[in-house]
Amino acid sequence: MRLAVTNLSGERGGELIFSDLSFEVGAGSAVLVTGPNGVGKSTLLRIIGGLLPSSDGAIEFSGGGEAWPNAGAAAHYLGATNAMKPALTVEENLSFWRSFLGEHLCTVDEALEQVGLLDIAHLPFGYLSTGQRRRVAIARLVMCYRPLWLLDEPTSGLDKRSEAKFTELMRQHLAGGGLIVAATHLPLGLENSQELQMVANR
Amino acid sequence: MFSLYMRDLKLAGRAGSGALTGALFFLAVVAVIPFGVGPDLNLLARIGPAILWIGALLASLLGLDRMFQADAEDGSLDLLLTADSRHMLALTVFTKCLAHWTTSVLPLVVISPLLGLFMNVPPIGLLAVTLTLLVGTPAITFIGAVGSALTVALPRGGLLVSVLILPLVVPVLVFGVAAARGAMADPDPFLPPFLILAALTIFFSVLGPFAASMALRNAD
Repeated sequence: MRLAVTNLSGERGGELIFSDLSFEVGAGSAVLVTGPNGVGKSTLLRIIGGLLPSSDGAIEFSGGGEAWPNAGAAAHYLGATNAMKPALTVEENLSFWRSFLGEHLCTVDEALEQVGLLDIAHLPFGYLSTGQRRRVAIARLVMCYRPLWLLDEPTSGLDKRSEAKFTELMRQHLAGGGLIVAATHLPLGLENSQELQMVANR
Repeated sequence: MFSLYMRDLKLAGRAGSGALTGALFFLAVVAVIPFGVGPDLNLLARIGPAILWIGALLASLLGLDRMFQADAEDGSLDLLLTADSRHMLALTVFTKCLAHWTTSVLPLVVISPLLGLFMNVPPIGLLAVTLTLLVGTPAITFIGAVGSALTVALPRGGLLVSVLILPLVVPVLVFGVAAARGAMADPDPFLPPFLILAALTIFFSVLGPFAASMALRNAD
């Protein structure tokens, strides 16, 4: 599988924030998107995921066959928000996403085990700390299979140990032939990765 | 899809969902009418079905703005949108409409016979109002989904949604009241307006989710 971005331009509020961006990422490798605030990292991820239209350029996801026709369908999108309901318990939240997203890799309990939160599965999501919430969202990534992970500041709020754990989960994903595009300020500790430095348009 | 329906049902049952706000509003509207109109029982019975329909219509507009906004705020909407190739977005919207109808509008239908007693509506009228509400209110939800999707990015879009969709729900109100009155007062017919009401619901159950999904896709 291969994600190729060519001459991509993105705009927000009618203003061009980046243009002529090209990169390629193949199976088992990662791209770390870095750059100062407001340079368009999140916008880039949302465009790749099909959540925003691009103003120019092309995004091609090849080798996915019928199951993964485009980057949006093939992607797990982990944005700034965690896409969980505060009123539901951790277990209820994940069970919902598990059945909605399909392509199961493991059960809810096993996914929570991997992020070390099995003992608080019965708590409402709203009671959790910032870092724990992030870990629940990460559990969603490992629970259902998607070849492409689009991660927007994935480690925000995580402590050192959880960060290391998450790096390990990303390595597993890459080892299984997955792709990662991550916008981040911190090094994620991945070997098989290239850095894409975005610079301000003006 | 069923899991999405069950999730929305569960959410409505939890604290702070505001699912019963509509029912309380409905109760308040209908309860004050007899005080305002006066104790003329014949008059109350005559305007009863119309008041019940207007009350239910306004009450069902109340929670509409939250239909997609809650999902947009916590990021769930992004995931529902990207799952388009797996679950067609219009179908996702349809499911959310059904869940919204079940939690916010069905209670209105259920309490409407009780509130009809306040208005001295005869038993056949109570039955007719409940039946027409049951058949007609889904149309309001499906139309409302479009307004809700259009205003998903606006923090205080509640009133705007109501104003946007009000012209579109007027036919539903007209035929709903016509059918309810037809059941009570001969020689007005019941079946023709009732069937048009059912047709409106079926028509908007297709058009509403499609229009709403297009609005959601271009939301930001």
